[in-house]
Amino acid sequence: MLNGRKAVLRYSFFIFLTKQKGKVSIMYDVAIIGCGVIGAATAYQLARYNIKVAVLEKENDIADGTTKANSAIVHAGYDPEPGTEMAKLNVLGNKMIEEIAGKLSVHYKKCGSFVLAFDDEDLKTIKKLYENGVANGVPNIQLLDAEQTFKMEPNLSREVKGALFAPSAAIVNPWELCIAMADTAKLNGVDFFLNSKVDKIEKTDKGYCIYSGKNKYEASYIVNAAGLYSDEINNLVADSAFKIIPVKGEYYLMDKNQGTLVNRVIFQCPNKAGKGVLVSPTVHGNLIVGPDAQEIDSADDVSTTQSGLDFVRNKAVKSVPNINFRESIRNFAGVRATSERSDFIIEESKTAKGFINLAGIKSPGLSSAPAIALECIKILNNIGLELKEKDNFIDERKKVNFKYLSPDEKAALIKKNPLYGRVICRCETITEGEIVDALHSPITPTTVDAIKKRCNAGMGRCQGGFCGPRVQEIISRELDIPMTDVELNKKGTYILTGETKKGGMEQ
Amino acid sequence: MISKSYDLVVVGGGPAGLAAAVEGYSNGAKSVLILERDRELGGILNQCIHNGFGLHHFKEELTGPEYAQRFIEMLKDTKVEVKLDTMVLEITQGKQIHCVNTKDGYMIIQAKAIVLAMGCRERTRGAIGIPGDRPAGIFTAGTAQRYVNMEGYMVGKRVVILGSGDIGLIMARRMTLEGAKVLACVELMPYSNGLNRNIVQCLKDYNIPLYLAHTITDIQGSGRVEKVVVSKVDENKKPIPGTEITFDCDTILLSVGLIPENELSKSAGIALDSKTKGPVVYENMETSVDGIFACGNVVHVHDLVDFVTAESQKAGRSAGKYIAGSQPQCSSFIEVKQGSCVNYTVPQKIRVRNIEKTAELFFRVNNVYKDVVIKVRDDEKEIAKFKREHMAPGEMEKIVLPKAFLENVKGALTVAVEKEEA
Repeated sequence: MLNGRKAVLRYSFFIFLTKQKGKVSIMYDVAIIGCGVIGAATAYQLARYNIKVAVLEKENDIADGTTKANSAIVHAGYDPEPGTEMAKLNVLGNKMIEEIAGKLSVHYKKCGSFVLAFDDEDLKTIKKLYENGVANGVPNIQLLDAEQTFKMEPNLSREVKGALFAPSAAIVNPWELCIAMADTAKLNGVDFFLNSKVDKIEKTDKGYCIYSGKNKYEASYIVNAAGLYSDEINNLVADSAFKIIPVKGEYYLMDKNQGTLVNRVIFQCPNKAGKGVLVSPTVHGNLIVGPDAQEIDSADDVSTTQSGLDFVRNKAVKSVPNINFRESIRNFAGVRATSERSDFIIEESKTAKGFINLAGIKSPGLSSAPAIALECIKILNNIGLELKEKDNFIDERKKVNFKYLSPDEKAALIKKNPLYGRVICRCETITEGEIVDALHSPITPTTVDAIKKRCNAGMGRCQGGFCGPRVQEIISRELDIPMTDVELNKKGTYILTGETKKGGMEQ
Repeated sequence: MISKSYDLVVVGGGPAGLAAAVEGYSNGAKSVLILERDRELGGILNQCIHNGFGLHHFKEELTGPEYAQRFIEMLKDTKVEVKLDTMVLEITQGKQIHCVNTKDGYMIIQAKAIVLAMGCRERTRGAIGIPGDRPAGIFTAGTAQRYVNMEGYMVGKRVVILGSGDIGLIMARRMTLEGAKVLACVELMPYSNGLNRNIVQCLKDYNIPLYLAHTITDIQGSGRVEKVVVSKVDENKKPIPGTEITFDCDTILLSVGLIPENELSKSAGIALDSKTKGPVVYENMETSVDGIFACGNVVHVHDLVDFVTAESQKAGRSAGKYIAGSQPQCSSFIEVKQGSCVNYTVPQKIRVRNIEKTAELFFRVNNVYKDVVIKVRDDEKEIAKFKREHMAPGEMEKIVLPKAFLENVKGALTVAVEKEEA
């Protein structure tokens, strides 16, 4: 079995080499730059048609920017002003994510959300949000008085005067959604190129030539889904049309014993800086608390700060006073790719024909992602891309989640493949079988965190303390790379610096 | 789908589980099974290749693996069965144990009695909320110890250690011996929680500076750790601006506390103590669930494995008696409470009828004290006192109370540490 795998690896390496020499040059219909949730959603929707699509991602894994560090909420759609792209796409995207999560085995839970009012001003705000929601077509939205609110969420602060309840709001695993859509796209023929930062784009007779290091890719159309760097990508080929303003938000992730403090996503009233600090269960049963909003200079700055974390903490206890912050298992920060425009930017560049910008995708970007992809396809179709549906589109993804199976199902699974009987990640109960599955999924993960994103190993309370070395060992074995070459996440995040002295055994 | 039944099932094959299994077997349990999640018995002792183990129990100095091996040898003379590479998923109140491995698949094992000996886990960066970047090169000391001592890999070249607990101190020496430069050991408290002999043998002997009342306030690095900022803290443990020291390093080891691992105990409905984070136990190490016992670091974090062994032997013996039906039925108990300066006590409850001659009480103080008295009170009435010249949070304290004393106790028992009256 291992030999077979090596042969496959060697074969793909051969194809890789020939492509590099430029002997096999594919003319793509569409090249997507960036594989966060927007790029992946676009690839997934385009994979339904008889066209050649390429996705270029600068990092060594997909779902590695804003997609992997956000609140993980599928908003109901009452926040955006009626008539905006955001309003339309949020409500549609909310419905689509539920359907996609079902088809592609993505952790998703329609738990509903509250926006809390603490005073008369807030009560006015939630009334306004309610009206927005009705105008935007948000289903079953309702205003609750204090008593109704506490009945549904007994752990909220007694200062709460009322709440807006949106039953269609949901929680989702955002990076899993991205990976599921990308993996499905790949299964349906879309080509993915990791470690492929775009350096230069040239206009050609037939479309564009994209340069990444020594490689070049030709495509008739380009979709710019480069998130925090979408302005830079736009400026490679078109006149400057927008500027990305990175806004950092810091979070706490709490252990599962805090995960049942609230049943729904708990928001405070939105302000100029965004939707404020939320408290929410996660699809894995933890509690997420955050974010703040800090405009920053560098899109790469995902550091946490004492002041940011203190701010989040102080705001969160206003909604849910008895959160036990001693049960924190991780702090992280994510960066939102806001632009100076108030709405999403979903349009063909005015100065580069066939170059579509999907940019400034701030909140509710995740919620809107599948709808943004449809919007993008509409534009491509309008400007000449012929779309003929494939008759063999595979629109499902099966994934083993050992932990959630019944004893009988677990027994049957281990009988079929004994590796499901070895638990590697103790905190999250993730088996070797699931890790090996991930390593042989369509878009190959090569780092410890890429495994974490695919099957949750290392996400728990010990944060990979016990399973980290074992995961590293399995990656090394399955992909046939030395232990010391297995990195934590991005390039340069080496874990080991070499071997020990071996107690003089080699002398 | 009950796969098999045993008198006694021990969850965990580290020092606690090994001692409990041997002792349970020789005290009435005819069939005993140890379930161990790792690939070999011995638990965390396997990576503790330094010496200093066994001085109390074996009256000689052993390394961790040697200490474990003594007990593994003892198993050979028994019919105790062992399943390695086996993970327990759930324990029910009816003492059914759901577990999996690659060979036997999914098993539900029925036990007459269970001893919980799952040990503890390390506190992480996320638990203490150190701000900054999140590069590679940040390890808990125990994980680093596993890489170095068991897997044969080095985790860094220039190291700063946060926390002066024993694992941190031991790793300071270990990394130095393997050729790394340990730049500093940083401790939040104004005193070290490690054993004095480790401060001398692991830091002083290698000229590694110990920064007391300091903490890490920033971590910088895009791929790997590049810099760490250390600041002095005030008496409220808040960093003092202007006291920052920056170290150029590629590695941070965290030795910032251990937490008993009780997710399985929770699934069995066992009452936990918010102070120890372990099960509430009676004098014989029985938990709130009839016939389920617990011992070792899953109950409270110990400093010395020798004490783990003693406690686990007690749990094993009690489980044996429980199975044999020779444990007296007794529902009344004395509650043990913490008085001034005391962080927790184990046991939390004492059933006097179950005691043979004496009851042992273990506890920790919340600060460093000199020339103090441990006072034991029955409600307001003082019933025993013990003098101590020196007490510290890093050293587990033990007092022994005769059964005769306890038989007269009417209210709750309080253990307090007070200044010696002149």
